[in-house]
Amino acid sequence: MTGLSFDIAHLLAGSLVLISLLMLYQDRLTALINVFAAQAVALALSVAWQAHAQGAPHLYVTAFLALALKAIIIPVALQRIIKRLGIHRELDQAVGIGPAMLAGVALVGLALVVMLGVAPEADRIAREDLAFALSVVLLGLLMMITRRNAVGLVVGFMSLENGLVLAATGARGMPLVVEISVAFSVLIAFIVIGVFLFRIRERFETVDVAALDRFRGERA
Amino acid sequence: MTPLVVLLGAAGGLLLLPLPTLALGQSGLGRWLTYGGATAVCAAALGVALRSLLLGEICEASLPLGLPWIGARFRLDPLASAFLVVVDLGGAFASLYALGYGRHEPEPSRVLPFYTPFLAAMMLVVLAADAFSFLVAWELMSVASWALAMAHHREPRNTQAGYVYLLMANFGALALLLCFGLLAGPSGAYAFDAIKAHPPTSATAALALGLTILGAGSKAGLVPLHVWLPLAHPAAPSHVSALMSGVMTKVAVYAFVRIVFDLVGAPAPWWAVAVLILGGLTAVTGVLQALMQRDLKRLLAYSTVENIGIVFVGLGLALAFRAAAMPLAAGLALTAALLHVFNHSLFKSLLFFGSGAVQSGAGRRDMDQLGGLIGRMPQTALAFLAGSVAISALPPLNGFVSEWLTFQAILLSPKLDPWSLKLAVPAVGAMLALAAALAAACFVKAFGLTFLGRPRTQAAKTAREVDGFSRAAMLGLVVLCLAAGVLPGFVIDTLAPVTRALVGGRMPAQAGQSWLTIVPIAEARSSYNGLLVLVFVTLSAGLCALAIHELASRRVRRAPAWDCGAPDPSPMTQYTADSFAQPIRRVFGTYVFAARERVETPAPGDLAPARFEAVDRDLIWETLYAPIAGAVTFAAERLNRLQFLTIRAYLGLVFLALVTLLLVLALWG
Repeated sequence: MTGLSFDIAHLLAGSLVLISLLMLYQDRLTALINVFAAQAVALALSVAWQAHAQGAPHLYVTAFLALALKAIIIPVALQRIIKRLGIHRELDQAVGIGPAMLAGVALVGLALVVMLGVAPEADRIAREDLAFALSVVLLGLLMMITRRNAVGLVVGFMSLENGLVLAATGARGMPLVVEISVAFSVLIAFIVIGVFLFRIRERFETVDVAALDRFRGERA
Repeated sequence: MTPLVVLLGAAGGLLLLPLPTLALGQSGLGRWLTYGGATAVCAAALGVALRSLLLGEICEASLPLGLPWIGARFRLDPLASAFLVVVDLGGAFASLYALGYGRHEPEPSRVLPFYTPFLAAMMLVVLAADAFSFLVAWELMSVASWALAMAHHREPRNTQAGYVYLLMANFGALALLLCFGLLAGPSGAYAFDAIKAHPPTSATAALALGLTILGAGSKAGLVPLHVWLPLAHPAAPSHVSALMSGVMTKVAVYAFVRIVFDLVGAPAPWWAVAVLILGGLTAVTGVLQALMQRDLKRLLAYSTVENIGIVFVGLGLALAFRAAAMPLAAGLALTAALLHVFNHSLFKSLLFFGSGAVQSGAGRRDMDQLGGLIGRMPQTALAFLAGSVAISALPPLNGFVSEWLTFQAILLSPKLDPWSLKLAVPAVGAMLALAAALAAACFVKAFGLTFLGRPRTQAAKTAREVDGFSRAAMLGLVVLCLAAGVLPGFVIDTLAPVTRALVGGRMPAQAGQSWLTIVPIAEARSSYNGLLVLVFVTLSAGLCALAIHELASRRVRRAPAWDCGAPDPSPMTQYTADSFAQPIRRVFGTYVFAARERVETPAPGDLAPARFEAVDRDLIWETLYAPIAGAVTFAAERLNRLQFLTIRAYLGLVFLALVTLLLVLALWG
């Protein structure tokens, strides 16, 4: 893969990282979910481009799954949930935006150093793809620990999952089974966590995870 | 059918015997089936093992179990046969004893299902010929004996005893696991043949020796790894205590002999120094602790520690002579150690049976609540006396022979070359002599307080003699103790193939000596004739008794009763366990137990009672085990906070761990 095809793959994977950083910046839940949907679109494009470039048509299925589930169904459902819970106007940041962004930039740097340093002789596209994917995973994790709200946790988790899909499609010859299972795991996680949200709501009148801590008799 | 197949079949039968026992439920039939079956199987296995030992047979078998590329290998060689004799003899007598004693068991279903697997596991440890089968059998032995020690788990302190035992057993098994891992090397050659074919480097061998001392020593009761014995042995039912003390510790000695003498290869002289010093310390510490006890079974457990020390002194001597390429002397020392293994299994089982008989007859085993049992339980008293004489190493019983042979080996030490050994061996010999003397004092105490004097409690006054099976087992062992003491030459000659295989030398054949004399090196140097001593003791005692009977005046005299220094008729004025041990505690206590005594006498005219207080401390526990327990508790309490973090904190920990690992990769990659 050379020339234009490589540049486009690079552009799409890089845009995923950029959108991850954007997600770190959002402090309102509706905006966060919208940006997540945008990341899912970017992921779908990236996977579709990989399918085209590698000549691996089964990756189109993955792209379609990403688009349908993560860009449309899950964001819509999440938006409905936060509307029903009445928390769509709430602020949701445990850590200030500035430190979170700085940490995010440092993580991207770390991911690049690790990936480029570990396998200098590997295929360039695979290597840089993996570096981007690792950045997305790390940023997803960072988002999970900087969010106070359970919905934020869910979105961070799915963003992390996006990174995994990106890594899986970047490597040549990944069987489809894995991607379907990844997609399903996201769906199941979404359902489980969705149920969990309502249970929290029923019990504690809030989706703030600190309520869980209070329930266990701990200091917040 | 080779003898090995028969023995494996016997072990398999013992393993499966709990199934029909459980099917029979709580009825007495289960007890008959278990103990009767175990007696029969052990007796048969004993016959087969003895025959193989006498014929010097070697056979191997491999079963398609265990690790796929090894299978479960078993091998019967003279060493295994010798230890199988010990295991099966002890097993047969313990099962016979339990036919009667087991009747007093409050919850038989807590004992029966574990009893026969325990016996089978000990047999399998001895038969195993690869590390995997060995460790599986070893662990089965530990777990089954733990379950048996926990049979009376509702009694206070038994759960703690079980916990300490389980910890020590796990620690020992881990040490053995690492030892076999080292010996097998990176290629994973776990079969004993393969280990022997590739002798390890000297550093690896030394490490393996250390791990074996930890692993086998913790099971055998080497100081300072002995802490579980005095807790767990008294906790178990008496026939199981007899097996744990008399037989299981011997299986641990087997593990040591098998690894250090057979698998590791040529020893270095300093190994012998380490083993000798450990053995000497074990002997002295064990017997001193035994002297301080009030509980009869605890006393016996500590005495087991002492005897293990004697065995390890013999093994250390054998290592020293082997390293110095003196096969004859090595054969003598190893024979002494193995003979003591055999002898100790006989008289320690006997003594534990006696303590069990006392417990079931009088309901107590605290010696301060017993006394005067010789009138109520004459046969038990006779058996216990014989066991006490044997363990105190008095001729003509068997304990004397093995300790005498050990001293004969010590006397050969001036021929050893390294100065460390020249100095260590006589010092250890002195410790051994001290231990032997203290052991005699200890068993004067055990027998005297329990069976002589006046009963100290109502329970002791109304004690009953035990049933026929128990007495038969005890008297059978008395006969064996006497036979092994009078005919030691036979046992020594039987052990010859074992020592020849392990150290390349053997004691001179004793069969040709006249009048059953045994001659360890040369007649001009030393010899011992048990028969002569027996005849002399019997004759002189008989003549004395006859003379007193015939010659003393039979005229009735009236005189004030001799009051033994106890004018008060209360039995509390007799010796107590503590007062008997007082002189010895005064001598050794300050150093060994950090003993403190305090006397408070009230001022003249004050009516308050005077108080005497004596405090012993277990320094080994306090300096070695208490800090470890404290550190574990401290760490556990700190780590306990991790249970109560917020969800974000947990996620943060995962994140931090990941980032740290990536950083490490980035910096080193």
